[in-house]
Amino acid sequence: MTQATKVYADARVALNGILRDGMTIMSGGFGLCGIPENLITALRDSGVRELTVISNNAGVDEWGLGLLLKSKQIAKMISSYVGENKEFERQYLSGELELEFNPQGTLAERIRAGGAGIFGFYTRTGAGTLVAEGKEQRVVNGDTYILETGLTADVSFVKAWKGDTEGNLIYRKTARNFNPMMATAGRITIAEVEYLVEPGELDPDQIHTPGIFVQRIIQGTNYVKAIEQRTVRKRSAA
Amino acid sequence: MAWTRDQLAHRAARELRDGYYVNLGIGIPTLVANYIPPNLKVILQSENGMLGMGPFPFEGEEDPDLINAGKQTITQLPMSSYFSSSDSFAMIRGGHIDLSVLGAMEVAENGDLANWMVPGKMVKGMGGAMDLVAGVKRVVVVMEHISKDGSPKFKPRCELPLTGANVVDMLITDLAVFARSDRRSQFRMIELAPGVTADEVRGKTSASYLAS
Repeated sequence: MTQATKVYADARVALNGILRDGMTIMSGGFGLCGIPENLITALRDSGVRELTVISNNAGVDEWGLGLLLKSKQIAKMISSYVGENKEFERQYLSGELELEFNPQGTLAERIRAGGAGIFGFYTRTGAGTLVAEGKEQRVVNGDTYILETGLTADVSFVKAWKGDTEGNLIYRKTARNFNPMMATAGRITIAEVEYLVEPGELDPDQIHTPGIFVQRIIQGTNYVKAIEQRTVRKRSAA
Repeated sequence: MAWTRDQLAHRAARELRDGYYVNLGIGIPTLVANYIPPNLKVILQSENGMLGMGPFPFEGEEDPDLINAGKQTITQLPMSSYFSSSDSFAMIRGGHIDLSVLGAMEVAENGDLANWMVPGKMVKGMGGAMDLVAGVKRVVVVMEHISKDGSPKFKPRCELPLTGANVVDMLITDLAVFARSDRRSQFRMIELAPGVTADEVRGKTSASYLAS
């Protein structure tokens, strides 16, 4: 009898047995920062279709979720901002792709709530705007709040900097973004990490995502980490 | 002479106070960072998950794991911290950010703001703008006074879909500054750009406001 392991050989193997057309997938990252590159590529290669994808952005034409748009595997996106992707625009305007915009904080909190078993929450964000249409509203002390519901996914993809074989994760800098909440909101959460280490090598006091939220983990490879807006300053002549 | 983009940013920077936590939007608001008075401690928040945003990196020192909300490479400072998107928006929605400077397509005389969507055009999304205007303590808007076709952008009512209802505390345009003491009050014109007359501003504004 062998003990259960969360470690899978690579992204392709980690997707074994859990994909079906029409499923809902969460994918971490902000722009191209902190995106699960290996898992997105493996998802594209799997050929699964009609996906609902929950992700703050939709990648750019050649990177990130842009790969899945190009191959027309996404039927619906739930996002806060998709401005950097021409293929997205084309598919949306032609009616091939459904789109649900959420304010960024509402999206983050809906995912947090979903992962925490909270049905919904009332927020001022979006009150009096198109976002409020069709939603229950409450006025408390003169302020209008709208009801937003929790979000979960069949599978969540997250990207961390370091992880151990128990699924404990540590993110790096602004690559953290949506990854911690999405890790909690997937019925199956798969993490890919730059450094996969043995238990004991990460300081328990520094863990961002405890391993209970992670069902499968892989050592990622060939990270590109594309930069969308390379901005620099000149060194002043000393 | 109307204010330039940089002069607009400079004027907006005068709204900063010592110790403020501030979120700057994309476009002219980003330029405000260049005009923070050196004697003030101002901490910039980036809603993708950072407090204490530093300047752009030196060439060759860009880190793909370190970007701002405009997806630009940035640097950290000794006092910086990183956090998740939900912690970030807890700061924003929980009223912990003192000031936000945002751009706009339209501002209404009742403080309504429209800055995310033009019907019939491709909509990129609201990003964090709706959360910012709903939760930040004080919202300053910077924009051109009139649109490219010459029509007023400070109007009786917004015609574009709103980002937030009754959320603007101060409006700085290239011609004038409008402010109000609270969100039940009317805007008052408190300042003119150099060489701009009150009559010119009145002529290019369809919103009603109090004269200075």
